[in-house]
Amino acid sequence: MIEVKGLTKRYGPNTAVDGLRFDVTPGAVTGFLGPNGSGKSTTMRMIMGLDRPDAGHALIAGRPYAGLRRPLCEVGALLEARTFHPGRSARAHLAALAAAADLPAARVDEVLATVGLSDVAGRRAGTYSLGMAQRLGIAAALLGDPGVLLFDEPVNGLDPEGVRWIRDLMRSLAAEGRTVLLSSHLISEMALTADHLVVIGQGRLLADTSVRELTGRGRSLEEAFFALTESASAYQGTAHPTARHENASHIEPGRNPQ
Amino acid sequence: MTALVPTVHSTPFARAARMEWIKLRSLRSTAWALLLTVAGMVAVGVVTMAHTKAPSPAKAAVFDPTNNVLAGVALGQLVVGVLGVLVVTGEYSCGSIRSTLAAVPDRRTMLAAKAAVYGTVTLVVGEAVALVTFFAGRAALADGVPRPGIGDPGVLRAVLLAGAYLSLVGLLGIGIGALTRHTASAIAALVGVTFVLPAVIGGLSGPTVAKFFPTMIAGNSLAVAKPVADMLTPWTGFAVLCLYVAVTLGAGARLLAHRDA
Ligand SMILES: Nc1ncnc2c1ncn2[C@@H]1O[C@H](COP(=O)(O)OP(=O)(O)OP(=O)(O)O)[C@@H](O)[C@H]1O
Ligand SMILES: [Mg+2]
Repeated sequence: MIEVKGLTKRYGPNTAVDGLRFDVTPGAVTGFLGPNGSGKSTTMRMIMGLDRPDAGHALIAGRPYAGLRRPLCEVGALLEARTFHPGRSARAHLAALAAAADLPAARVDEVLATVGLSDVAGRRAGTYSLGMAQRLGIAAALLGDPGVLLFDEPVNGLDPEGVRWIRDLMRSLAAEGRTVLLSSHLISEMALTADHLVVIGQGRLLADTSVRELTGRGRSLEEAFFALTESASAYQGTAHPTARHENASHIEPGRNPQ
Repeated sequence: MTALVPTVHSTPFARAARMEWIKLRSLRSTAWALLLTVAGMVAVGVVTMAHTKAPSPAKAAVFDPTNNVLAGVALGQLVVGVLGVLVVTGEYSCGSIRSTLAAVPDRRTMLAAKAAVYGTVTLVVGEAVALVTFFAGRAALADGVPRPGIGDPGVLRAVLLAGAYLSLVGLLGIGIGALTRHTASAIAALVGVTFVLPAVIGGLSGPTVAKFFPTMIAGNSLAVAKPVADMLTPWTGFAVLCLYVAVTLGAGARLLAHRDA
């Protein structure tokens, strides 16, 4: 169980997260959606005790992160940016984390096998591809077999097999009764993976609802997402001049798209 | 979720220290830097001693070859200090600090563990290299130059304090790294207080203020078998350095505890 209670974070004059309040319940995958810059990563860092909120607080199993006795065994997190040293091997990185949580060394090999990095575990992690780095981050999150998991864009850089593997992993983690908070920009992926959704825009809560409810009246999740975030996207692109708002597949025969 | 029961009952500090020990030895740069320190200090000590001439009778009373043989401390402190800086700032520049703090959320515990592990490693290396340098340098002395004995008054103290000095500069590096969290500025600050400021201030106002800077304490207070006039005494110099380290680490821990990772 994660409780986000009125979290607020300001960077200078900008309010990145604004009085955010929601709960993430066990036994389900909760999708965390929002446009670029809406505050998802910042919220996750505050839940992890990495960033200090300006107001409010977050609780995990009823306690702030800093109050957890063996944090890696209670919360696992894959954060947005790389969180390992490029000069250290995957095995050494995980061994260091295992030591901090009093976990047996064999657990390192277990999670390396789970994420499919066993063969390259001795290599310097700086030589890993984006997808391999992502797998190392997931291995670190799973290391302590925690009941609460946070994943910030875990499919980023993964191949199609990896994307499916993440989907199955999320589903099985939730099925085991764990609390899973998952952010992703791939709405189609989210539609397949999440049971519940928390949608934010400009740091504020826009929706806290089940996927079924949101996609109710025959709408796709994508349509529902756009309807919700329309007025809350800070960084919207404009159509490229030559593209003329038309998607290639929509060009009708006989019309000249120039 | 309950399958992974802790194997040992240990304190958060002990677990954090084991983590830092694994991290320190799993980076190749650690071994290279310490090897460079050892090789550099022994080489400087041997070359300095090979060029040390017998003193004139007037100077015999202040002749202190133990101070000459430890001249390489000036080089060694730079490597050990920079590595200390990197123990902290390296984690911030690559983002691994977030894994570290996820595992050890209390930042004071995290910094204390880094300081304990790196301080111990550099103390062991520092004492070993100081002793090896002393004997290697002494063997390089020309015939006719009085040889210092490790049992002569003040000699063992000078050698051991020079070794401990390396560890103290390493800790200073960790403290400065925690204060700035950026490699370039931390190294600049470290080089500033060890090399630049004492040279400038010493040139302007003599030893009155300059004698309080680390490199001056190392060369004129710690690594001396015969005390030097106008400088801090060996144990005063050592105490002053310990104070610097305590203040820097304390301030670094305070700042880390209040900043975003
Ligand atoms: N360290 C920082 N300093 C200043 N501003 C920051 C910092 N971190 C985040 N921000 C700002 O806070 C806002 C929220 O950023 P955040 O990374 O949490 O968004 P996000 O929802 O994760 O976006 P994305 O989908 O692009 O990953 C943005 O406007 C961002 O510029
Ligand atoms: Mg983000």
